[in-house]
Amino acid sequence: MSDRLSVFKTYKLFVGGKFPRSESGRVYEVTDSKGKWLANAPLSSRKDARDAVVAARKAFGGWSGATAYNRGQILYRVAEMLEGRREQFVAEVADAEGLSKSKAAAQVDAAIDRWVWYAGWTDKIAQIAGGTNPVAGPFFNVSSPEPTGVVAVLAPQESSLLGLVSVIAPAIAAGNTVVVVTSERSPLPALSLGEVLATSDVPGGVVNVLSGKTAEIAAPLAAHQDVNAIDLAGADAELAKALEVAAADNLKRVLRPQPVDWAADPGTERLMAFLETKTVWHPTGSLGAGGSSY
Amino acid sequence: MAFEYAPAPESRSVVDIAPSYGLFIDGEFREASDGKVFKTVSPSTEEVLSEVAQASAEDVDAAVKAARKAFEKWSALPGSERAKYLFRIARIIQERSRELAVLETLDNGKPIKETRDADLPLVAAHFFYYAGWADKLGHAGFGANPKPLGVAGQVIPWNFPLLMLAWKIAPALAAGNTVVLKPAETTPLSALFFADICRQAGLPKGVVNILTGDGTAGAALVAHDGIDKVAFTGSTAVGKAIARTVAGTDKRLSLELGGKGANIVFDDAPIDQAVEGIVNGIFFNQGQVCCAGSRLLVQESIQDELLDALKRRMSTLRVGDPLDKNTDVGAINSAEQLARITALADSGEAEGAERWAPACELPDAGYWFAPTIFTNVTQAHRIAREEIFGPVLSVLSFRTPAEAVAKANNSQYGLSAGIWTEKGSRMLAVADKLRAGVIWANTFNKFDPTSPFGGYKESGFGREGGRHGLEAYLDV
Repeated sequence: MSDRLSVFKTYKLFVGGKFPRSESGRVYEVTDSKGKWLANAPLSSRKDARDAVVAARKAFGGWSGATAYNRGQILYRVAEMLEGRREQFVAEVADAEGLSKSKAAAQVDAAIDRWVWYAGWTDKIAQIAGGTNPVAGPFFNVSSPEPTGVVAVLAPQESSLLGLVSVIAPAIAAGNTVVVVTSERSPLPALSLGEVLATSDVPGGVVNVLSGKTAEIAAPLAAHQDVNAIDLAGADAELAKALEVAAADNLKRVLRPQPVDWAADPGTERLMAFLETKTVWHPTGSLGAGGSSY
Repeated sequence: MAFEYAPAPESRSVVDIAPSYGLFIDGEFREASDGKVFKTVSPSTEEVLSEVAQASAEDVDAAVKAARKAFEKWSALPGSERAKYLFRIARIIQERSRELAVLETLDNGKPIKETRDADLPLVAAHFFYYAGWADKLGHAGFGANPKPLGVAGQVIPWNFPLLMLAWKIAPALAAGNTVVLKPAETTPLSALFFADICRQAGLPKGVVNILTGDGTAGAALVAHDGIDKVAFTGSTAVGKAIARTVAGTDKRLSLELGGKGANIVFDDAPIDQAVEGIVNGIFFNQGQVCCAGSRLLVQESIQDELLDALKRRMSTLRVGDPLDKNTDVGAINSAEQLARITALADSGEAEGAERWAPACELPDAGYWFAPTIFTNVTQAHRIAREEIFGPVLSVLSFRTPAEAVAKANNSQYGLSAGIWTEKGSRMLAVADKLRAGVIWANTFNKFDPTSPFGGYKESGFGREGGRHGLEAYLDV
């Protein structure tokens, strides 16, 4: 049997539902844990970051306005699509993180299951985080959680797929749209996830994936006036501080980096991190003297 | 016709203000370490009410240490015991309510009608509400056994001095934290009286520490390494500075900042009720309210009718002595704030908006600004964009609900909004689209301890009130 020459994949960004190269024309070499060349990944520029924010903002109205049931179905669809590409991701994660095939498979399986977990959350968040409030007066008063808006997410550096899914899924489950900066050293699973998202009914712009140097892309995102929140999971302490300072300019909601076991039960912290509570009051009126007293 | 009212002043004799006050640290009043003091005046008369200590960095350090020391025992108390201290405080506030209302009116300049009927009842209710949470934290949805954060540094504004204190201290203590609180420079007295209430309630020393002083004391407090939590209510500019200060630390932060609330009136709204709501929205507390309805968005077809009714109603507002029980609009809190309001109102005229205020006689002494509305306002005008924090209403119009929503959301702020319509589906659709934390439909400026309050966007983050308010003081 003759050796067939394989077809390499050109890894591209995922922005606004499309797969552009970096507008800068730059790429960088991605290697496996032993230094073997895997691919050239786009080296995103600040312009790419700004374009991604525009796409995320444009998608926000539709995504946040979709029914929670619809968002849940779409997130579940992501799990289905990822399951179908399981072998591809096992290979990519194994290369990216230097894992054995079985350990990489465990990561991919957990990432698929994480989508399922968050798919089931979309239509329960409001019942957990909201509710009526018994105010001392003739008013109906209800508090509901709403998505914060456009969230910049710095994906974890070490966990190239499970960590990535663990930070994206809760943000979009809650109705936010995201611009995610992949693991700098291991961007390929994230860029491939863009292909999964593109075939999962996730509207274009809801998730935008940028690869490159975390610090270079994160700076314009943290300072961007149309970004509402930032998850600093993939930043080291020094970068995180600088970004938090920049984020204060328009009072972004900031989720600071902390040690996380991505394999553990994710709980609800990230689900609740990028929510705003809206409270609506309305007079209840009175039926008057003729009103029923049962 | 105009009604003449005889003066109906509330008696000052119910409150006894000492000539000077120290800092309340570790259960004792003490002078500032460097002996510095400043005067607090009554904004309606410019009379000096008392002299209070200006906390130094050394005093901040002492207060934080006292709070840290107290934290160990306070957080270890059974929640039911913390609850009983808070219930005691709530009860003592109710008992001393009239005294505190008069004190607040003297130091702040707001009408006694408001301190008596709004501020003080809400203060007591807030302590009563959070008292009940202290032994039920495991049921609040933050895990079975949520832990307090530690020492909270809290900085509050002058517009609702005692109410903001209650919003800060009640949930903090219920959750098991101890606090160092700095009241605003121009309204220090009610917090110092609160220190006395803590003494009467037998609250363990160091659990509540009160530092009076200016912005430097607040800055030293939020920057102090010994605190675990910063809670701030005030301007967006200072809020941003605080966010930069705590960046890169483990300190938790909650911010309740400025606003430019849109009060949206549709053509089917009950006009008389809407006018009451507009007046309440912008002239309550002289408009010195972060959630004030300072932009009136009125549907074009009813603009003339609504403005006529509004002007008629404004002509009946009684501006003057805050201690008079008939007064609707009191004094502006400080000369500095009056200058800010004046400058922004002047910019409205300079930029081409049309100014109107009812004829009303303002007292000679003190800081006063007549209730004012601007028409012909565009979205680009400073008076449509910047928080004036005074009795100044900017009127804009719209044709469709979508335009109303777009204009309402066209702001860096997102704290409050009002909707006036008789149509339920329209009310709900608009409420859904507004990017604001508190929405009053067919009402305005309603507050309740069970109801979460706080903003979207640059109006800050975190919620005060309700179950949500606990989150800011728990390690979750």
